[in-house]
Amino acid sequence: MIIARVVGTVIATQKQEAHEGKKILLLQPLNPEGQPFGDVVVGLDAVDAGLGDRVLVVQEGFSAMTSVGHTDSPIDAAVIGVVDEVDLA
Amino acid sequence: MYLGKVIGRVVCTVKNDTLAAKKLLLVKRLPDGPCVVAIDAVGAGASETVYVCRGREAAFAFAGQEVPTEATIVAIVDEIQKAQ
Repeated sequence: MIIARVVGTVIATQKQEAHEGKKILLLQPLNPEGQPFGDVVVGLDAVDAGLGDRVLVVQEGFSAMTSVGHTDSPIDAAVIGVVDEVDLA
Repeated sequence: MYLGKVIGRVVCTVKNDTLAAKKLLLVKRLPDGPCVVAIDAVGAGASETVYVCRGREAAFAFAGQEVPTEATIVAIVDEIQKAQ
């Protein structure tokens, strides 16, 4: 799993059935210090996260599908938590 | 999944049987990533912004078929609302 910032919402009329009724979020991966790195990914929302939230993202099919309640669907990333705090040792 | 732009089309006469009648599109990852060939599952076309599902899950876009794909276009993007 990675920590990411919700930087946008994607609107798509024509899409796979399993993506209907779910919020589609643009997610910027963050490093442990909270700085952005790498390319933005697209994930389905399973926890009602919003723009600007720091979130926990799974990037593996089975976890992503089950978190949004659609098994055997073309979903490879989902937001499964909203991060309150990260404590670095 | 990731955002991409359709920049071309790939035509193969000789291909796996399950790829028959499937559109193969060249998709460039946004903002400036590499290009991949993805199978279209939603009727996408040239210059459209789409998002692509990758990996084993990409094949689930074609329910009931064992399609050998690792990248599938699963939605056409109408609009992106960005945070300030």
